[in-house]
Amino acid sequence: MINGILGRKIGMTQVFEADGTVVPVTVVEAGPCLVVQRKTKDNDGYDALQLGLVGRVSPRRLTAPAKGHFEKAGVPPTKTLGEVRCDADEKAAPGDKVLCDIFAEKEHVDVVGVSKGKGFQGVVKRHGFAGGAATHGSMFHRAPGSIGPSAFPSRVFAGTRSSGRMGGKQTTMKNLVVVRVDAENHLLYLRGAVPGARNTVVKIVKKLSGKAGRGAAA
Amino acid sequence: MTDKLLMAEKAALRPEVPPFSPGDTVKVHVKVKEGEKERIQVFQGLVIARKGGGARETFTVRKISQGVGVERTFPVHSPVLEKIEVERHGQVRRAKLYYLRDRRGKAARIAEKRDN
Repeated sequence: MINGILGRKIGMTQVFEADGTVVPVTVVEAGPCLVVQRKTKDNDGYDALQLGLVGRVSPRRLTAPAKGHFEKAGVPPTKTLGEVRCDADEKAAPGDKVLCDIFAEKEHVDVVGVSKGKGFQGVVKRHGFAGGAATHGSMFHRAPGSIGPSAFPSRVFAGTRSSGRMGGKQTTMKNLVVVRVDAENHLLYLRGAVPGARNTVVKIVKKLSGKAGRGAAA
Repeated sequence: MTDKLLMAEKAALRPEVPPFSPGDTVKVHVKVKEGEKERIQVFQGLVIARKGGGARETFTVRKISQGVGVERTFPVHSPVLEKIEVERHGQVRRAKLYYLRDRRGKAARIAEKRDN
């Protein structure tokens, strides 16, 4: 069983249920993908499928090693590659197609992607610090405050939350519900938000265990 | 918005929305669920705004009920709406008619649109 696929975030919209309830959804163009490599425990230390998201790529942009990799698999080059874990007895071989119809409606998925970069941000936005009062002469607004005692330990502990780069990191949204599968147009409708900006490449993986998310089948 | 998103939204749109704009008087047939039974309730009033686009578009209808102004906002493409009937096209010069909230009686009238 193939339990994941690569896709491209299209954007957010909403769909209606029969009783008029509005469901916020993210539309993801999932696949078509091609299996490029079957990684095995013997050879690579773990079992996985390497997938390529089908899309035109200029041959000039390929490095020689990449070209060889695709030639070995006997598949046309793809711009993006990604991996999904699989069972040891997985039969899929290079060249096999992976389509979004591996998912069913009301199924749970996790979505992995790179979040939008927010740049250098302060502690209030980045770590949810409360900040100080805006008025009444407070003179303490969005500063981090004390970052530790002075005489002892006379240093700042490693890992103390501070301002810095925010976003642009791999993020996983867990337990999103598949609202609709449009196999013809390779579109998945997922309830809620998905990491990243439009056109971000995301990986959608079946939820194999764990708690159910909102709006799921009982 | 990308073409693909537009395409994805298309499935959510209702096919039979009559053209109407702010200033128009409409009858909105709303499905109301009371326990097991479902019936149709009609909300008639003046469209004072249309907002958003695609599947997210909404419109606001204002009416005076027992001397009190009542406004309801409906999603244009909601399946709860049985149908939308346009009673009268109004002649207005702006897209949002919020100024009507401050007007009463004669001052809150809107001229009918004449086609020529």
